[in-house]
Amino acid sequence: MHWFGYRANALLTLSVTILAIICGIASFSDTFNSPLPTASIQVLNVNRFQKLSNGDDEVSLTLNITADLQSLFTWNTKQVFVFVAAEYETSKNSLNQVSLWDGIIPSQEHAKFWIRATNKYRFTDQGSNLRGKEFNLTLHWHVMPKTGKMIADKIVMTGYALPQEYR
Amino acid sequence: MDWQGQKLAEHLLQILLIAFAITAFIVGYSLASFQLMLAVFAGGVVLTSLVIIPNWPWFNKHPLKWLDSSEAEKYPKPVKEKEKEAGGGAKKKGEKR
Repeated sequence: MHWFGYRANALLTLSVTILAIICGIASFSDTFNSPLPTASIQVLNVNRFQKLSNGDDEVSLTLNITADLQSLFTWNTKQVFVFVAAEYETSKNSLNQVSLWDGIIPSQEHAKFWIRATNKYRFTDQGSNLRGKEFNLTLHWHVMPKTGKMIADKIVMTGYALPQEYR
Repeated sequence: MDWQGQKLAEHLLQILLIAFAITAFIVGYSLASFQLMLAVFAGGVVLTSLVIIPNWPWFNKHPLKWLDSSEAEKYPKPVKEKEKEAGGGAKKKGEKR
């Protein structure tokens, strides 16, 4: 430590190590947060329901999505990525998941929202199985931290069904 | 810097950084601002560097006591006599045989 360079080196390495430790503790503090999110989705209208030229079914829906995800946010949250997926079963696949809508919530103020939208991404089946199909709409979220582990969870809403005939 | 100064510098480095880290975390956690925590810690790093890196006079309070030059002259450095003896011995041996 007789030369200033040695002292500068020691300062730099110790401060970076301590920074890593406090970021680790900050990430650990997230475990004390017990979130209580709520959500509900309504299918307002089935806009289009047809069979495409390649034989697959396609649906266009208008959804009304209401959610309160404010309790997911902590001081260590950068943003929350949320998406709605339709889940159903066919003879070919035991689980089909089709992402219909997604969004990024940048802060706690924006986390309590109500949105009416048609599906952002196409709801297309692998085959022609959707007539009269019962499906679940699941709201998934990924909590992205400023430092540490990403947490993903979901709310499953059951009881939706598609019409028996094409429109 | 002298030895005591170096010890002081190292202690100051560790104590200041840890104190600022704890302060930064408490401030950031209670005010729920990650950015504030980083800002307080960065300020602490800058302050610590100002305290320990330059050669402040308080780090030189116990200067090393080097011997006076007059003491050194009393005990002169031994001249290399081994080379002289080795050269003389070889010559002697050669002549006898």
